[in-house]
Amino acid sequence: MTNIRDILKERILVLDGAMGTMIQRHKLEEKDFRNEALANHAHPLKGNNDLLSITRPDVIKEIHRLYLEAGADIIETNTFSGTVIAQSDYHLGADWVYQINFQSAKIAREVADVFTKMNPHKPRFVAGSMGPTTKLASMSPNVNDPGFRAITFDELVDAFALQVKALIEGGVDILLIETITDTLNAKAALFAAQQYFDQIGKNYPVMISGTITDASGRTLSGQTTEAFLISVQHMPLLSIGLNCALGAAALRPYLQVLAYKSPFFVSAYPNAGLPNEFGQYDQTASEMAAQVEEFCKEGLVNILGGCCGTTPEHIKAIAEIAQKYKPHQIGLTAQT
Amino acid sequence: MGQTTTDYTLKLSGLEPLIIFPGSNFINIGERTNVTGSKKFLKLIKEGRFETALEVARDQVQGGAQIIDINMDEGMIDGVESMVKFLHLIASEPDISRVPVMIDSSRWEIIEAGLKCVQGKCVVNSISLKGGEDEFIHQAKTVKNFGAAVIVMLFDEKGQADNLERRIEIAQRAYKILTQKVHFPAGDIIFDPNIFPVATGMEEHRKNAIDFFNGTKWIKENLPGAKVSGGVSNVSFSFRGNDKVREAMHAAFLYHGIKHGMDMGIVNPSQLEVYDEIDKELLEYVEDVLLDRRDDATERLLTYAEKVKGKGKEKAIDEEWRKASVEERLSHALVKGIVEFIDADTEEARQKYPKPLEVIEGPLMSGMNIVGDLFGQGKMFLPQVVKSARVMKKAVAYLMPYMEEEKRKNGNLSTNQGTILLATVKGDVHDIGKNIVGVVLACNNFEIIDLGVMVPAEKILEAAQKHHADVIGLSGLITPSLDEMVHMAKEMERLGLKLPLLIGGATTSRAHTAVKIDPVYSGPVVHVLDASKSVPVAQSLISPENRSETEKKFKAEYEQFRIDYKKRKKEKNFVSLEKADACKLKIDWASFKPSTPAFSGIKVFDNFPLEELRAHIDWTPFFLTWELTGKYPTIFDDKIIGSEAKKLFDDANKMLDEVIHKKLLQAKAVIGFWPANSNGNDVVLTNGLTFNFLRQQNEKAADQPYLCLADFIAPVKSDKQDYLGGFAVTTGIGIEKLIEQYEKDHDDYHSIMIKSIADRLAEALAEKMHEMVRKEYWGYAKDEQLSNDELIKEKYQGIRPAPGYPACPDHTEKRKLFNLLEAEKNAGIILTENFAMYPAASVSGFYFSHPESKYFAVGKIQKDQVENYAQRKNESIDYVEKWLSPNLGYDN
Repeated sequence: MTNIRDILKERILVLDGAMGTMIQRHKLEEKDFRNEALANHAHPLKGNNDLLSITRPDVIKEIHRLYLEAGADIIETNTFSGTVIAQSDYHLGADWVYQINFQSAKIAREVADVFTKMNPHKPRFVAGSMGPTTKLASMSPNVNDPGFRAITFDELVDAFALQVKALIEGGVDILLIETITDTLNAKAALFAAQQYFDQIGKNYPVMISGTITDASGRTLSGQTTEAFLISVQHMPLLSIGLNCALGAAALRPYLQVLAYKSPFFVSAYPNAGLPNEFGQYDQTASEMAAQVEEFCKEGLVNILGGCCGTTPEHIKAIAEIAQKYKPHQIGLTAQT
Repeated sequence: MGQTTTDYTLKLSGLEPLIIFPGSNFINIGERTNVTGSKKFLKLIKEGRFETALEVARDQVQGGAQIIDINMDEGMIDGVESMVKFLHLIASEPDISRVPVMIDSSRWEIIEAGLKCVQGKCVVNSISLKGGEDEFIHQAKTVKNFGAAVIVMLFDEKGQADNLERRIEIAQRAYKILTQKVHFPAGDIIFDPNIFPVATGMEEHRKNAIDFFNGTKWIKENLPGAKVSGGVSNVSFSFRGNDKVREAMHAAFLYHGIKHGMDMGIVNPSQLEVYDEIDKELLEYVEDVLLDRRDDATERLLTYAEKVKGKGKEKAIDEEWRKASVEERLSHALVKGIVEFIDADTEEARQKYPKPLEVIEGPLMSGMNIVGDLFGQGKMFLPQVVKSARVMKKAVAYLMPYMEEEKRKNGNLSTNQGTILLATVKGDVHDIGKNIVGVVLACNNFEIIDLGVMVPAEKILEAAQKHHADVIGLSGLITPSLDEMVHMAKEMERLGLKLPLLIGGATTSRAHTAVKIDPVYSGPVVHVLDASKSVPVAQSLISPENRSETEKKFKAEYEQFRIDYKKRKKEKNFVSLEKADACKLKIDWASFKPSTPAFSGIKVFDNFPLEELRAHIDWTPFFLTWELTGKYPTIFDDKIIGSEAKKLFDDANKMLDEVIHKKLLQAKAVIGFWPANSNGNDVVLTNGLTFNFLRQQNEKAADQPYLCLADFIAPVKSDKQDYLGGFAVTTGIGIEKLIEQYEKDHDDYHSIMIKSIADRLAEALAEKMHEMVRKEYWGYAKDEQLSNDELIKEKYQGIRPAPGYPACPDHTEKRKLFNLLEAEKNAGIILTENFAMYPAASVSGFYFSHPESKYFAVGKIQKDQVENYAQRKNESIDYVEKWLSPNLGYDN
């Protein structure tokens, strides 16, 4: 594999767009989420998108292909909810979780390799998506019992450990811990990753991407962008960045914090604006690209992509912008 | 990539970051959420009263703890469970969890459980080589994987390091293992070199403190990046129950510890004396012990300790003047500004005199008369007078209850010279000058009603009536305050008042008073240049014999001034805006290479370290505030005021020490750069916002340009992307609490002192930021090397003009600048309705980088420019004329 760190110094890399938005276009039914082995699963599985890597790999492969065609350098595996914690909502256990991650990594790898072969000067990378799970480690779900926790650090480490192992065995190049709402969850993911790296004697690049929940500029668990950075800085990360929740324009001040203070590369993959009253994202590709261009102009980013509501059209527009600008240079701005 | 090996900054986080860099202030670790140190906290945890226990944590954070140490090591409680529960609860309290935590335990399982609960980067306290290298490595690796910093106790298989050699041996070994085997970031290693009690009477404890100091020094010099911490209260263990000695020991220990490189410590702020305030005798004994300076050091401290034990704050020292009569003692205390014995002496006088009022009218007033005379003769200076006033106020405050009692029995017996109402006008927050005038007048037996700052006209008038004021004094520093004063005068006229009106403050002038204020009020109006002039003016305006004559004199004087002024004004010539525009400053833009700032948008500096500002202070204006005229530092050589200036300077530095050490003030700054080009007299930012500037119109010699700030920015048609910068800084965050405290103590001296220091710090911060901008953030003068003196003389490239000041006199542009910088949010500075910045110790302005940019005064402008400007601003002509009234070169 060509060293991604070297490429990141040369140009802005493009990450793919939303998986969910693209899956919705296929208008899938319950049966699409089942195969022989799951035919008699007692609970509904519709909406468990990660499972499609096993039951409808054709759909997922097609989405990967569209993003790669649009110009994405990095595609994310279809594993945002690939932990025993998130899959317990569908009553699927560790065996299924391993399969989801392994298969998702495998098909993404296949499609990416085809594209790399076609154009070796633009190598494509696979990032194993690790979502925040459905439970928070540093906040209580019960306002009347602030000391209560729905999940422990150890449970999170175990869950992420399984996901990390399956993703790497399935062939990912990078781990991407994303949409971080609670830094303690992310620290558990980092802990699990490091543990696994120590075990196999090899380190993989790790990308981290937090989510600023609202205009207060803080994560859901209350940290400022800089505090978040400091809290995960103990790992030699490939990149740190922000995704989801806000549109590109609103993300800018927080990206600046990372660009000025982070010793790592910086990533950003905002939503296509804010959802309208029907929960749909209607920012067009060119509107979003114009906002994202501001990041590039300021030299804030190394990796650029899209989150909720973005499509191959958005990624194509972003890829066009990205190639016009130089990437962010680490340490360009002194820290205070 | 990752952290470079030379970055030794220790970065911690709760919900917010805490950055500890070489040269940081001492970091204060809260110690009360520790069951081994606090009986109260232990009791709360034992009884399961976690809610109340949370309050203990909250108090600490509010009290200034920057990290909170949490310890649950007690045999009677489940340590793991209590640690987890407490950390969970803290996580739900943003005002506590904003600071990083220190997980403190001697039991590894408690530390590990704690690490699993904290989202931020915390500190583990502690690990050591006590259980051997393997265990140490395992624990350090785990701490590292959790992303925490670590305190390493100097303890090994053989025991605790109790002398210098052992400290060095263990620190060196632990550092080597951590950096080479565990690859622990060196900046995240904090050594605790063991603080042991001194003065225990045991010979082997004599070097406990000095070994700690030298061990600290050795670590800082030989183990790159490593930090040093310690639990300070241990050192005074043998003086339990004797707070006076303990407080002094802690302060002295910290003083020397920090000097030797101690970065942080667990300190109980309530058990800490200010180093400079320690009784000199006690300090000597304490330092003899800490530094092991004499064989009988412990004995001498113990003897002294016996003496002060239970004696409270009573002093053993006796001075000659204490032997004089009570009248002489009071007079001496007033003239010398000594507060120490004033309550006792006042009480003695009260018993001697038939009525408490006679104490004031007798010995106290005669003492103040001496002060007043000496001040009038120039033999005492303002700082001393303010100190005298502090003594007087204390004495009066002491007598107050007795006088109330007297009054209740006999009815009112007022003998003051008159009542003077003072206020800083609406929209303005500056009050140093006003407070000084208040003090000086009070010293001369006027009763002062001080309404404070931002006082609207109605309030002043209402209070004047309520208190039967004899004189009203108005103060203001920013130009819109001038208009407010005119408004006030008009209101007084409308109500048919005849009260004398005194006008003062930096922006006021005899000219403005004569031309704008005096004509609208039929009562007497007097511009008072400084505090010393206020007394005779007030006296003559109040005295029944002199009033009408004085009034006539001032009215005539101002009338004459107006006539002269009109004559002079006519002699001045103006050019049309068209001509001025045509003769703008010509810059060769074709060969101009704009420098691109390191970022565009804004950058916030929260908690800018105050100690970095100290060297940047321009002291000359500080002395001016105190009415001591002369340049720093040659002012100290002045035969007349030199020694007083030096005393004032020393007091200021003492306060600065305290302000810096205890972080009493907080400095914040926000700077920004925006791509911009000039368009005529406007500067247009690419984000669409426009700043409007004014051009000089006073006629000049043929070859001289008519300047406007927009001239210094590349015009749109040059096709060069230029930039405009902006900033807002303050060092006044936290000042209210201090002022409140001083005022409660009737201590005007310190109240004025802190304000004048904060003002200087704000200017220093503006200067420092400008330097950083030139060298780094904008970076157009990367190689600049200037001394502080040269900096004060503004020998650098580029300028930082402030809206409301001569180069851009329109205060309303400040609002736009504040919006861009989000200065309210980012720097905590509020703009009043008249665009004064609050806290008053704030500075804001623009940055221009062009080598030809320079400071200038717009001066008077003509109607054609006002009309043009109003159009550009999209405001009415009335609005522009209102805000630019001091700059209008025509009658409106």
